[in-house]
Amino acid sequence: MGFLESMRLSFEGLRSNKMRSLLTMLGIIIGIAAVIGILTVGDGLSSSITGTMSGMGASTISISLREKESDIPMAGMMGVMSTPDDGDLISEEMILEMQKRYADDISAISLSESAGSGRAKDGRLYANVSITGVNNGYFTAEDMDLLAGRFLEDRDDEGGRMVCVASDKLVGNMFGGDLQAALGSEISVEAGADRLRLRIVGVYKYEASAFFIYTGSDRDLSTALYIPLSVAKRLSGSGDGFSNITVLARADADSASVAARLEDFLGRYYRRNDDYTISATSMESIIASVNDMMGTLSIAIAVIAAISLLVGGIGVMNIMLVSVTERTREIGTRKALGATNANIQMQFVVESAMICLVGGMIGIILGAAFGYLGSTLLGVPTLPDLGSVALAVGFSLAVGIFFGYYPASKAAKMDPIEALRYE
Amino acid sequence: MGETRSLIEMRGIIKRFYVGQPHELEILHGIDLDVREGEFVAIVGASGSGKSTLMNVIGVLDRPTLGSYLLDGTVVENAADAELSSIRNRKIGFVFQNFNLISRTSALKNVELPMMYAGVPQRQRTERAKELLEMVGMADRMAHQPSELSGGQKQRVAIARAMANDPAIILADEPTGALDSKTGRLVMDLFHQLNQEQGKTIVFITHNRELAEETGRMLTMRDGLLYHEDEGGD
Repeated sequence: MGFLESMRLSFEGLRSNKMRSLLTMLGIIIGIAAVIGILTVGDGLSSSITGTMSGMGASTISISLREKESDIPMAGMMGVMSTPDDGDLISEEMILEMQKRYADDISAISLSESAGSGRAKDGRLYANVSITGVNNGYFTAEDMDLLAGRFLEDRDDEGGRMVCVASDKLVGNMFGGDLQAALGSEISVEAGADRLRLRIVGVYKYEASAFFIYTGSDRDLSTALYIPLSVAKRLSGSGDGFSNITVLARADADSASVAARLEDFLGRYYRRNDDYTISATSMESIIASVNDMMGTLSIAIAVIAAISLLVGGIGVMNIMLVSVTERTREIGTRKALGATNANIQMQFVVESAMICLVGGMIGIILGAAFGYLGSTLLGVPTLPDLGSVALAVGFSLAVGIFFGYYPASKAAKMDPIEALRYE
Repeated sequence: MGETRSLIEMRGIIKRFYVGQPHELEILHGIDLDVREGEFVAIVGASGSGKSTLMNVIGVLDRPTLGSYLLDGTVVENAADAELSSIRNRKIGFVFQNFNLISRTSALKNVELPMMYAGVPQRQRTERAKELLEMVGMADRMAHQPSELSGGQKQRVAIARAMANDPAIILADEPTGALDSKTGRLVMDLFHQLNQEQGKTIVFITHNRELAEETGRMLTMRDGLLYHEDEGGD
């Protein structure tokens, strides 16, 4: 009697007792479905997060001021920091010195200064903007798409020119989308009490952030309006320093080690500063730590999976033991008719493996459905990856064989005479 | 009977339980039994006479403690478990008092069972199972499950199953015990038919002397010993 025969036999067994088979499978179904579902949603989230971060550029290094007693990394970046004095900020001299010292490692230094939000107006036409002063390196570091004109250049900054680079959305709102008409045009921008007249020298392609989902209409969408850094400094009235800057490492450099060197270099300026120091973090290391976190999460889920499969497996074993006892006479009869111990063992192991395998498959289908649904709701539709599906199949099969083995060997060891006499 | 082949050759079969312990129990005290090909032999005995134990030994469900047993040329007493399974499968066709059909399994699949364990390919065994069910008059009930069959029908399926691997002997243990006398009669007729038309060797174990007397030869089991009719039955 071959393996296929045992499989057919066990399928008949399962079919003839549908309700019980289903209830027995339930533990496995729920366990597998939960794991596949959670993993799928997690996969979707993780790939969307790392995708966004890689989009920002894996070679990006964030340098920010950090309070010495605070151990929150990137506290400056996250805005959970007391206001530093002008003397504490990263000065332009430091930046220039750094750029000179590490010219081989750095491809661009991106500086930005927020000058508040406002509204560009022209008669009845308007566009919401957040005014940001930037240097030329900013465009490189942010990897922005230029649709027309040029980015801001050093001479704009040095001359304090009243020029700007606007988004295509703004051009859409105020110039009917005509890029050439927009280029060279002056727009009037109200920002708080100030009223600026800025000439558009370039148009960039607006990209929605993956972190914040904007649900309003394009008409009221607020996009960044880039102006020269010096103009922004004048507007905001702040000093010459920066609380955070972004450095783009050269593609061939190891951004993590560049980050360490820059932190070390800038840190020297703060050796005698009681309150602040510098921290530099590469995007690569942030991505790595996010992946790390996701990995830890996966392990936690795997542990939950193992526990639920253990519980499910015990349930299967329990039912198999009941089934073996219940079918004592059948076992005796089969033995009398010539079944060997190995035949009986095989029959029950295969039956238990089938319960778990079928349960596992149902679980995978349910889990994939829930995972797809959940990840779609989060905006990142994802299907379970084949590896975890294969693992789930293998695991449920293993659970079936493991927990079926004992009941099966109990059946196989039955004395045919006793078994035939069993009432 | 000299020209026919000997199928069962038992010499000095002793069966003890709890071997080596203070409460050792000897059930069979030394049985000699010869059954030749084509015979219809009845073994009668009251309950407690040791006839079930003898049946288990004949049916190779159990090994004798002492003595030799040659079944259709195969030495049984020293065989390993797996070998015993194979001997049961090929040489013995069991018919039980309570039918012992596999529940929730069609009559056809029940008859196929011994052939499945013998490794007969699916198509051949379905074919043979159909033939056998036709032979016992169950052609129109092949797809029925045991729960949908009457006692007599069940026993006919069981007889078809016993014939599946064309065994050396049919070993029937009180095959009419759970049937009313009319159906019991039909089952007995079927045994006679198998014996006479196909020359099947049948060992028939019962406590019913009346039925035993219609067989070719009647042996009596009493207190763990087997008596031939002419040497001291009641």
